[in-house]
Amino acid sequence: MDLRYTDAEQVFRGELRQWLEATLPGLPPKPSPEDWPGRRAYDTHWQRLLFDAGYAGVDWPVEGGGRGSSAIEELIFKEELERAHAPYVGVNFVGLLHAGPTVIAEGTSEQRQRYLPPILKGEEVWCQGFSEPDAGSDLASMRTRAVRDGDEYVVTGSKIWTSHAEVADYCELLVRTGPEDSRHRGISWLILPMDTPGVEIRPLTTIAGSTEFAELFLDGVRVPVANRVGDENDGWRVTMVTLSFERGTAFVGDLLEAIELLTTSVALARRTGAWSDPGVRRQAGHLRAELDALWALTKRNVSQAARTGIPGVGGTFFKLAYSETRNKLGEFSLSLLGRAGLAADDLEGVDGQGPLPAETMVEDWLRGISLTIAAGTSQIQRNIVGERILGLPKEPPAAAASTVATAK
Amino acid sequence: MDFELTEFQTDLADGVRRLCQGQFPLEQLRSLELTERVVDRKGWRQLGEAGVFNLCLPESAGGIGLGLAEAALVFEELGRALVPGPLVASHLAAGLIDGADDGSVVVGLIETDRQGAAGSTLPVVIEHLEDLDVLLLLSDDGVASVDPGSVDGTRLTRPMDPLTPVWSTTSLPEGTPVAGPEIAAWWRRDGAVLTAALQVGAAAWATDLAVEYAKQRRQFGRPIGSFQAVKHLCADMAVRAEVARCAVHAAAVTVDQPDVGDAVVAASGAKLLADEAAIANGRSCIQVHGGMGFTWEVPAHLAYKRSRVLATQFGTDDELAESLAESIGDAGPGSGVR
Ligand SMILES: Cc1cc2nc3c(=O)[nH]c(=O)nc-3n(C[C@H](O)[C@H](O)[C@H](O)COP(=O)(O)OP(=O)(O)OC[C@H]3O[C@@H](n4cnc5c(N)ncnc54)[C@H](O)[C@@H]3O)c2cc1C
Repeated sequence: MDLRYTDAEQVFRGELRQWLEATLPGLPPKPSPEDWPGRRAYDTHWQRLLFDAGYAGVDWPVEGGGRGSSAIEELIFKEELERAHAPYVGVNFVGLLHAGPTVIAEGTSEQRQRYLPPILKGEEVWCQGFSEPDAGSDLASMRTRAVRDGDEYVVTGSKIWTSHAEVADYCELLVRTGPEDSRHRGISWLILPMDTPGVEIRPLTTIAGSTEFAELFLDGVRVPVANRVGDENDGWRVTMVTLSFERGTAFVGDLLEAIELLTTSVALARRTGAWSDPGVRRQAGHLRAELDALWALTKRNVSQAARTGIPGVGGTFFKLAYSETRNKLGEFSLSLLGRAGLAADDLEGVDGQGPLPAETMVEDWLRGISLTIAAGTSQIQRNIVGERILGLPKEPPAAAASTVATAK
Repeated sequence: MDFELTEFQTDLADGVRRLCQGQFPLEQLRSLELTERVVDRKGWRQLGEAGVFNLCLPESAGGIGLGLAEAALVFEELGRALVPGPLVASHLAAGLIDGADDGSVVVGLIETDRQGAAGSTLPVVIEHLEDLDVLLLLSDDGVASVDPGSVDGTRLTRPMDPLTPVWSTTSLPEGTPVAGPEIAAWWRRDGAVLTAALQVGAAAWATDLAVEYAKQRRQFGRPIGSFQAVKHLCADMAVRAEVARCAVHAAAVTVDQPDVGDAVVAASGAKLLADEAAIANGRSCIQVHGGMGFTWEVPAHLAYKRSRVLATQFGTDDELAESLAESIGDAGPGSGVR
């Protein structure tokens, strides 16, 4: 166990830090949260700057336009970006953090050459079409059909909760290529160009009031067979790879933001006088212990990924523990605002010390709630820990599970 | 940076696990329940030979010269086996008290400026008094040594943990100073890490015990582990133990590699989470066992009770949380985030 960075890693950190210091002041102003074209432009411009400086896809293969460095350097990269308050991945989340890594792990050489560089250059944005109205937690029951017609699939069905669909160029799309009841044995993983005729997007409003995600309607959409990643009907295995990235390493940046939020919260508590309450201090201290531990777990997971290439079971532990901690932190910061938290407007404090951080805190609190739902709910994560990691027996099929009726 | 265990570290932990299985099987430990003396001298010396006490002592001082990271892995295994006795105190005392390093002398420790401190309404409660050759008194000012025979202790006949006999006294002798504030400070830090390691081991053991039972016990015609209410208890146990384990490893490594963060902060956080994991897992382990879990016979209560004992040593939850709170903002949280 070694937490020291090597000389090469330190050099990487130092150069990146300098580059960030020189580059960040020149960024354009942040667009408003509802200005989707503006957000896309902002996030992809930032991605392009990273690419030009050699910092895009730090641990991606050189073949795909990446830097070809280790998962450790990728972690340093995320750490330094957060430290410097650089822009978050934003609309590039899916492409950079799980679709791209899936193409790296499972795609053909042509697919890697075609799809990876544009993600890194900020030219192409991806979204994720996994969930369906009737298939959320039970993803393997999904029904969107793909019928083979020559060298194309004809896709019909619908997807839901597709984040950033409005601004995406491509979608990692799960389709049923096997018989209707084939569950996880009849799924394929496709790359869907979002501008294909027959794709309709209907935005959905989140509890935070933004149209962060959307419904996707697919009507006779033609997707080349060459866009399939992995074999036909082997898409479930590919999906597990995607999810291992999504659950395993995609939330590292989010954790670092949470650490920042705790600092902001404590500063607020000091300012309002709440800090004199031992209960408040203990909650804060406790959250610090949890976030530090999650940071340690992240380093363990990344060290493992550096050896094996794919995040291991530690990712499930992380997803479960982090999403719970993040919710506690959200509640904590909101409670510190008191009645100033009744609006997400930065109210001016009466102490003459400027505005209170209500916007960040109310938004972060709401956003944090999604973490126990998105990428597999906490209940599903517990099933996974119980069954796949601890080896506990699966639930029997629904018909046999009539425990309530017999229990006295 | 590579935060995985090295092969040497894995082998070390495996070796101690085998030693514990051979030397301290649970049935044998249980034969000592509720007795006055639970430290088996022969076993203690074997722990000494295995390096449990002199692991971190420099080779020049007759030790093995390894780091706290290795010690934490060793203590995790001792915790998993529920080995009783003043393990942490004897480890800390190696190099300071003759014979502590090889296990020929058993050293206990009381923190005099924390619970039961002078001026408190609570009496002083001392673990393992009859087993001790030396009792050390630790406070921020330093460490003092006391002859355990000179302590006017009353044996408490119903100790909470059957393998941690306790005595009470209203006043402690002054003692002879043996170390100053600097050593006291690092004992507090390392003591917290090693106690946390014991807790993590116990938390993992409780998880294993619960999972094993959940696979085998059947109700409603199926294993209880297939019920989500039980499965999710077990899953939470596993997550708590693993998160705390990473925190303990990180704290130990931070002590060994001071450049990577604030070791006192890391130690406090690790102890806080490890205490919690051990307590919550001990409790859940009882729950998963149902009525059996409430019997003396099933060992689930042993982990739970031990976790309560260890939670009173080297910082309680409130003390730790408050000290951590004060560290937020100045250096920024995330001792590794720099
Ligand atoms: C902000 C956000 C962004 C998202 N982005 C995307 C995206 O880009 N692409 C995409 O494909 N999906 C996305 N999702 C969807 C997400 O993966 C699903 O919402 C999630 O998997 C849950 O599915 P569901 O909504 O159908 O809930 P359901 O599966 O209907 O679950 C409802 C409740 O029942 C519980 N439950 C269900 N089954 C079980 C069981 N077996 N055991 C115990 N409890 C159970 C759940 O835990 C939950 O509490 C996003 C979700 C959110 C909130």
